[in-house]
Amino acid sequence: MNSSTIDLESRIRNVLREHGRLNRDASSLDRDADLYQSGMTSHASVNVMLALEGAFDIEFPDAMLKRSVFSSIAAIEGAITELTAA
Amino acid sequence: MISMLELQAAPPGVRLGFDLTRISAVAQSIRRFGRRFTDRLFTSGELEYALSGSGLCAERLAARFAAKEAVIKALGLSETGLNWRDIEVTRRPDGACGLRLHGRAAQAAEQLGVQSLVLSLSHDGDYAGAVVHACLRASPDPDNDIP
Repeated sequence: MNSSTIDLESRIRNVLREHGRLNRDASSLDRDADLYQSGMTSHASVNVMLALEGAFDIEFPDAMLKRSVFSSIAAIEGAITELTAA
Repeated sequence: MISMLELQAAPPGVRLGFDLTRISAVAQSIRRFGRRFTDRLFTSGELEYALSGSGLCAERLAARFAAKEAVIKALGLSETGLNWRDIEVTRRPDGACGLRLHGRAAQAAEQLGVQSLVLSLSHDGDYAGAVVHACLRASPDPDNDIP
């Protein structure tokens, strides 16, 4: 894993810590852990989405507004990578 | 004597969705994200109604957010890729709430064979809740799995 991937992941973890309403520490959460099972509500996932858009200067298109896109750190990372590569 | 009765989860053609939303969390989202939050989730009609009652904005928007999520649950649309504004809570002249679907939500409902959507909203203390009851045609499109 290179440094830019680690940086991306740590920025996602920061957003989750502030907006995800998780019941465990976002910094120690497994990359593939289910965020909904970790306490994130559907409303909190909206906050996470808006905070990610602000942090990465991106906009999630409607087609990406799916439960699975925000279901884990790895899934969010994949979506951001896709949007920033476009 | 019957000792146990195995019941169907739901009769064919009936779907139910429920969601509970914390009003104070919605108020916090409005403070933090402002119009990015409200304009992303709610139609102009929903916002106009929410802003029309003094001090009730977060309460009304929380109930409407719960309604949108209840529709998503009832119709199984969490992987469809929906704009939240495609699910709109309307108000009839008698004050009762209803639902209007647009865009992909409308397409998905049509594909599923949705005949009616009945909505009930409630709030108490810091929580707003919504229940949505959907009736589907008896023989919906056999290819009705919404992507």
